[in-house]
Amino acid sequence: MSANPDNEISSLSELLTHAYAIEEDAIDRYHMLGDQMEVHNNHELAKLFRDLAGHEEKHAAEIKARAETIGLMNLKSSEYKWPDTEGPELAALDEAHYRMTPWHALQMALKAETRAFEFFDHIVNTVTDPEIKKWAEEFREEEAEHVTLVERLLEKNPEPPAGWADDDDPPNLQE
Amino acid sequence: MNVSAPLKASDFKSDLKPVWCPGCGDYHVLLSLTKALADLERKPEEVAVISGIGCSSRIPAYLKCYGFHGVHGRSLPLGTGLKVARPDMTVIVAGGDGDGFSIGGNHFLHACRRNIDLTYIVMDNRVYGMTKGQPSPTTEPDWDSALSPGGTGLNPFHPLVIALASGANFVARAFSGDIRGTTKLISDAVNHPGFSFIQILSPCVTFRPEQKEWKSAIHAPPVEATDDPARAARRIMTDDGFNVGVLYRGDRRPYKIGDGVEHKTVADLEQEFQI
Ligand SMILES: Cc1ncc(C[n+]2csc(CCOP(=O)(O)OP(=O)(O)O)c2C)c(N)n1
Ligand code: SF4
Ligand SMILES: [Mg+2]
Repeated sequence: MSANPDNEISSLSELLTHAYAIEEDAIDRYHMLGDQMEVHNNHELAKLFRDLAGHEEKHAAEIKARAETIGLMNLKSSEYKWPDTEGPELAALDEAHYRMTPWHALQMALKAETRAFEFFDHIVNTVTDPEIKKWAEEFREEEAEHVTLVERLLEKNPEPPAGWADDDDPPNLQE
Repeated sequence: MNVSAPLKASDFKSDLKPVWCPGCGDYHVLLSLTKALADLERKPEEVAVISGIGCSSRIPAYLKCYGFHGVHGRSLPLGTGLKVARPDMTVIVAGGDGDGFSIGGNHFLHACRRNIDLTYIVMDNRVYGMTKGQPSPTTEPDWDSALSPGGTGLNPFHPLVIALASGANFVARAFSGDIRGTTKLISDAVNHPGFSFIQILSPCVTFRPEQKEWKSAIHAPPVEATDDPARAARRIMTDDGFNVGVLYRGDRRPYKIGDGVEHKTVADLEQEFQI
């Protein structure tokens, strides 16, 4: 709808700016979800979202360090070349539920990491500048590692049985 | 905060944790609004967000700028008063369909008519979310619930057409989940002179879980925005309710203090009231 998929990243600084924004936005998003879970007394999930945010924080710091000499651009939200309505590595807010389980959160994270992988993969396959291509390959590699990490966590957190959302005192009870 | 660095969306978020239900569309609206304020390069002290009562009307608390969580249905009089007193400020009025079109319906008509330079955002979920799911003026006539068995059978209120007929200068429809599109619409609305109205379709996942499907119904308008209110109204009356974007851009001159009246100081008025 308001997507902008065909805009090619045209400089190293622009690539790093996008890579950094992906991580910064993901940190904000995981904390936002952590806050939601805290407010709704789902502390196990709150902790999981904080852990995911912590993981992104490390990644963001690494990118910032790499961008030291090249510099980051100040882009307006409409100037980012995201393939969709917002950055790729963002857990979908509309998939959150107050009784969600670690499996649900990790599914959200898996989709987000996969989208980030695809974002860099698209750059690798379309960009003509060899330097940008080389850096995009590195970012793609890192996202592939994240996908594997989340998949490993999912092995330890299987899908909950049907009825996970059942609530004896649901908020939508109309008295 | 580094004052010389451009502000980011996160600089407009307060430290309060929203109490909205996880999955609520209003989280997206909060994100879009903070992004728009950053894009507009406003400073927090140059902006005021005014609301009424409802889940959606809690939004000023979650923002780092001036805010006023007012009385149910009275956000537009508050916003109007503020803009007239402080024309230098960016005034954004926000709330829900119940707040804006039921109890605040009359203020909505006259705010459009006055054409004060402010932006009015309504997070429309076609329900009273905060008070546990009563039908609102935009609820479909056949929406069946424990509080409206068999549906209300009433014709829904058409806020965009009513805004046009009443004189709003900018009319748009947005979908909360389309963050990039909503951010742009809010920026455009703020930049457009006069009264700008955006109806943001924002799902209430708790009382209207079926609204999660809106995501797949949304599409761009088939034609460009018009500056002819009659044409815009005809289009909106016959569309499917899911095309998002700018629908009307007018050029009516915004209301200015002193329009048609002699400007008087407080001392002049005191003099007149002396017996
Ligand atoms: C004068 C007055 N009348 C009624 C109420 C009860 N009340 C609180 S919120 C609300 C409706 C909210 O619906 P909407 O504006 O659509 O907001 P939502 O919760 O759906 O975001 C009502 C009727 C009130 N607070 N004050
Ligand atoms: S009741 Fe509905 S409108 Fe209110 S916070 Fe929950 S989902 Fe949002
Ligand atoms: Mg409502």
